[in-house]
Amino acid sequence: MITREDVEHISWLASIKIEDEEKDELVEHFNSILEYFHQLDEVDTEGVKPTYRVVDLANIFREDAAYESLPQDQALKNAPRTENGYIKSPRIV
Amino acid sequence: MENVIIGLEIHVQLNRLQSKMFCGCSTAYHDSPPNSHTCPVCLGLPGSLPVINRKAVEYGIKVGLALNCKIEEETLFYRKNYYYPDLPKGFQISQYDYPLATQGHIMILGDDGAERNIRINRAHMEEDPGRLVHAGTIDKAKYTMVDYNRCGMPLLEVVTEPDLSSPKEARVFLDKLKSILDYLDVFDGSQEGSMRIDANISLKGGDRSEVKNITGFKGVEKALSYEITRQKNMQRRNIKVVQETRHFDELRNITVSIRSKVGAHDYRYFPECDLAVMRIAPWVPTIRAALPELPDVKRERFVKQYGLADDHAKSLTSEIKLANFYEAVATQAAPKLAAVWIADVLKGELNYRDLAIDCFREEHMAEIVQMLEKGKISEDGAVQIIRELLDKKSGSPGEIVLALGLGRAEDDAVQKAVREAVAESAAAVADYRAGSERALNFIVGVVMKKTRGKADAGEVHRLVKAEVEKV
Amino acid sequence: MLSELKSKLLAESCEEYLCQLFDRIEKSSLNAFTTLAKESALKEAKLFDKNPGRGLLAGVPIAIKECISTKGIETNCSSRILRGYIPPYDAHVIERLKAEGAIIMGKTNMDEFAMGTSTETSCFGPTKNPWDHTRVPGGSSGGSAAVVAGGIAPCSLGSDTGGSVRCPASFCGIVGLKPTYGLVSRYGLVAYANSLEQIGPLTHTVEDTALLMEVISGHDERDSTSATGTRRSYLPGLQDGVAGLKIGIPKEYFGEGVDSDVEKAVWAAIHTLESLGASWQEISLPHTRYALAAYYVIAMSEASSNLARFDGLRYGSRQGEDKDWHTTFSEIRAKGFGPEVKRRIMLGTYALSAGYYGRYYLKALQVRTLIKEDFQRAFKEVDLLASPTMPIPAFKIGERINDPLSLYMADVFTVPINLAGVPAISVPCGFAERLPVGLQLMGPHFGEGAVLRAAQAFEAATPFHEAKPEVV
Repeated sequence: MITREDVEHISWLASIKIEDEEKDELVEHFNSILEYFHQLDEVDTEGVKPTYRVVDLANIFREDAAYESLPQDQALKNAPRTENGYIKSPRIV
Repeated sequence: MENVIIGLEIHVQLNRLQSKMFCGCSTAYHDSPPNSHTCPVCLGLPGSLPVINRKAVEYGIKVGLALNCKIEEETLFYRKNYYYPDLPKGFQISQYDYPLATQGHIMILGDDGAERNIRINRAHMEEDPGRLVHAGTIDKAKYTMVDYNRCGMPLLEVVTEPDLSSPKEARVFLDKLKSILDYLDVFDGSQEGSMRIDANISLKGGDRSEVKNITGFKGVEKALSYEITRQKNMQRRNIKVVQETRHFDELRNITVSIRSKVGAHDYRYFPECDLAVMRIAPWVPTIRAALPELPDVKRERFVKQYGLADDHAKSLTSEIKLANFYEAVATQAAPKLAAVWIADVLKGELNYRDLAIDCFREEHMAEIVQMLEKGKISEDGAVQIIRELLDKKSGSPGEIVLALGLGRAEDDAVQKAVREAVAESAAAVADYRAGSERALNFIVGVVMKKTRGKADAGEVHRLVKAEVEKV
Repeated sequence: MLSELKSKLLAESCEEYLCQLFDRIEKSSLNAFTTLAKESALKEAKLFDKNPGRGLLAGVPIAIKECISTKGIETNCSSRILRGYIPPYDAHVIERLKAEGAIIMGKTNMDEFAMGTSTETSCFGPTKNPWDHTRVPGGSSGGSAAVVAGGIAPCSLGSDTGGSVRCPASFCGIVGLKPTYGLVSRYGLVAYANSLEQIGPLTHTVEDTALLMEVISGHDERDSTSATGTRRSYLPGLQDGVAGLKIGIPKEYFGEGVDSDVEKAVWAAIHTLESLGASWQEISLPHTRYALAAYYVIAMSEASSNLARFDGLRYGSRQGEDKDWHTTFSEIRAKGFGPEVKRRIMLGTYALSAGYYGRYYLKALQVRTLIKEDFQRAFKEVDLLASPTMPIPAFKIGERINDPLSLYMADVFTVPINLAGVPAISVPCGFAERLPVGLQLMGPHFGEGAVLRAAQAFEAATPFHEAKPEVV
């Protein structure tokens, strides 16, 4: 069972702030969905390989050749806050 | 420092490549304005997809083999999920299970003077994050500026076992690693930030701290020394050292705590299914066969083949260009003398000027060693010639000898030959005095014979004439 | 039919046709378009009128789902967090469309980041079903289906992660194809669950879908999962019929939970195919009942990582005073994402987190293997599989939105196809009380040829694709 504390931890891990009043509903939703997921426990998967990629492709590479990069103004065009060609981020700590 | 346990994680930019790890942006971003070397892929624009640079994988295998690692038959990329402003996708494409190379080792000279085996846990490929510029120090900055030019640079992360026991040993290990990377021609250490180190350090019985993102080998030594002192002081005051991540502040030469949430790391690694797996086993024999002679082997060969002292051989094999330079000189001039002059003198003069070995011509060094060998110039003179060549960047050793009059030793030899020849050639002297100019040619011939043709005939003619008239 | 439209555009005026479309769009109450590229589209139309090109789609207007990157046209995935983002590059499919002369009309509404079955989670509000404005058009490509069904765009592109093309095609009474994983490049498709999704066409007819596939499919070296090998063609052989074709009827796709009218319409369709020369037999896909749970674990896990890039730094919205990085970032995401997206990111984060990876993510991937094997076994016996696309017809707007699990249940017949990576088409096959019903035809990997051929044969023998909703 997921608890309020679990929800808080997940919110921290996912970097999505949640308000106190949202927590109970999230606990309820998460538990009902996870309970549904638990039916997977019924399946015997002993020795079954996981399918990460549905088509089995190997050794897909590009050659080491450089192409033209985006011009600086294009790279910055969508950034809400910039300064002297840099993208402005909140302070780290 | 037997109580100190150090392990290193070294992030090496494979900056001899033309393009980034997963996109075609050029790796030559240094000296460019911020955010001018990006594309939808390395900028993490929605919808963009990565494609693996084949050569980056080849380079990784090369390094793995040189570090005596096992190369995984099938290797793959994972997503390492964490949030940081320098990470445009909110995850870093890295490796986790089945990394490219595992279980290697290299030998270094330990603090006690004995050879030590440093185990390599693994070497794996990943993409470099962008570069953060803090407005001030990391813990006091009001905001942070991000430049994504570096983002997506091909990185190889080499992880050691905690086998190092002092900051100095860490330094020696790093020098060795750098030298190997240099030999493999996968890495240019002169680029700023091209090698960055995370160091795990603990005192026996204590928890470890991780000092992140140290640039420069001096920085590693300083950061580790600071950490040892800090942890020792804490032990002395009975304060528990907590496991945490710290940042090395180069300006203040201290480490500061940057993440307070202990144990909060949960990178949620899972395979990057936008990329195919890499079945690289068939590549390995070819890459192994093409590996160059590595520093240790070359050093031993130099000792055997040229009869060099071990420290000279070591010094000369630290960089591939230097080693090649030495070998080119050693085929033209006395190998032992060449070793002394290149390792002890030339290297120092280059370092003093912050110049690379490319700035000096092999044939110039050979000429200098030959002149020394034959006593044509003095040791002081040789040093002067080297300095002159480095500072003026023109002329040849011979020209400098003449221009600066450094050739006294040689003139003495010629003078001596002239005196002897005149003394031995009484008949020719008599003929000359009798008015036969041509008689001098005989004496010149004798001088040339004595000097084995090395002297300048015109100059000898002048000297002989002067000597004859003196007598 | 696009072939008729192409003749009409040549004979008359592309500009005029587009103006009529834009007029209708402006009067439309479907809330199906989000951004219109009227200016650039009309410019292209004028150019066509002066000098019609020879491309396969020369002059043909097309609507594009919000999550496909279009250079110079806002691409926001119907999410507040991406509002204002104007990509500097075109998705591979957009490049292909432009190269064949198609005209991009604008972007269509969708469930936020393609997470939904109803197009109700969009930040632009729900799109209405053209057949009944009180009902959902299906999702997540609800806008792309509604614009075609509602007659305000001749064709469109959607994306299908767990049914997002087929579900709205079914609910809106049009044709929609989810191609084999890797057949269409995902370069430029904003990822929701990258191991599952494909871009696919939504059209009035099977032939139109084949034509669009002709254009958008094929290898792209920028997508490492893009299938290599020779280019496939879908128009030749399209009319070859179904004589001798063996169709499997997976018993797990019928019965409990399936609306009786839906089931009736689908069985009638199977009998039609039989009358056209195909044979059918019941088969079993035994792991079907676990597909939904496996799908949601995988999709949410991948989504939690795919959506980590939305931090308001390089693009998207960022308002207010900066605090420290983590706080600012968490607040931006709290404001920028809707409840369903947050739910999926958080559950996916949980499923991948330390201690739970094996129980959820890895387990789901193992079940995925079993589901894939179910299909492989089935396709050894039969050429195609047939089932309802959706167990129910379009439901009422607001009916399920507050009960996430009941919404997920609607995807029960579409998600196994994405887990297995096989192709599937939804074609109109009748009505359940005046609401369209879709027949789903599934093929083996790269079996689009057979899927399209059977769909074409069915369409040619039935009138359902000609039915149009009365009100727009």
